[in-house]
Amino acid sequence: MMHRETIPRVVTKLLFPFILLFALYVQFHGELGPGGGFQAGVITAAAIILYGIIFGLGAAHRIAPPRLIEVLVPLGVLIYGSVGVFGLLLGGNYLDYFVLDPDTVHGQERGIFWVEIGVLVTVSSTMIAIYYAFAGRGR
Amino acid sequence: MAIACVRNLFAVVALGGIYSFLMALALLVLDAVDVSMTEASVGAGVSTVLLLGALYLTRIDEAPPLRVSAAPMVVALAAGAALLYGSWDLPPFGDPAGAIHHHVAPRYLNQVIAETGVPNVVTAVLASYRGYDTLGETTVIFTAGIGVLLLLKGRRRRRDGGGAAL
Repeated sequence: MMHRETIPRVVTKLLFPFILLFALYVQFHGELGPGGGFQAGVITAAAIILYGIIFGLGAAHRIAPPRLIEVLVPLGVLIYGSVGVFGLLLGGNYLDYFVLDPDTVHGQERGIFWVEIGVLVTVSSTMIAIYYAFAGRGR
Repeated sequence: MAIACVRNLFAVVALGGIYSFLMALALLVLDAVDVSMTEASVGAGVSTVLLLGALYLTRIDEAPPLRVSAAPMVVALAAGAALLYGSWDLPPFGDPAGAIHHHVAPRYLNQVIAETGVPNVVTAVLASYRGYDTLGETTVIFTAGIGVLLLLKGRRRRRDGGGAAL
């Protein structure tokens, strides 16, 4: 069915790794340049959705299995929340990053890093899950 | 305006995507690169795909309304007028004497390197100073996603597997 569309398939195959790489750049460079967990999550989801549109839902399910996505949706919120709980255990307030490391500035960076990971995981997996739910309905 | 007039829903989705890209450009001009990125990928990308997916499930033309009602137009015009009225009290755009620039913004801008070591103030404010808000935001996304999934998946439980795309 899809084999006539050579150009979109080739372009998608070429672009896919670079889109994911750009998402990682936005994620881990968010402290220095524009971007952060939300943007990176949306870009990751867009990459998977593009792959799903071009190669079919089955192909997208192979690289991002629906079971995994369903686990990742709450996992991101849990990562974010547990950063706060970790701060509590170390004697600070909830979501207090200063206690995460003896060097308070380093503690802040560490807290922001994990919080952004949590946002990335939840945002990207939620987007992908909604796309799966929509695309899987018409059959 | 065209979005409201066109009856072909495919054209409406395409126009919505164009509008999102224009908004992304406007935000880029306003130096809000983060928001611009989000608008381009969510507004123009993901939501267009989702709307196309919804179109695939329905018919492509909007059903003609059973009767034309003036009430929604009146409500929209009244809300717009109220917003315009409220905007008269705002300080001019970019006014350095505006209240927003004298509350916590100077502290963020001056202390951010010393306190967090993160050069990008937006990230520092979002993830550290306003960590609670961002936690709430993430929870909202989580809740919304779960809600949509429950609505869409409630009917068919045991029919996974590959197949054609949209």
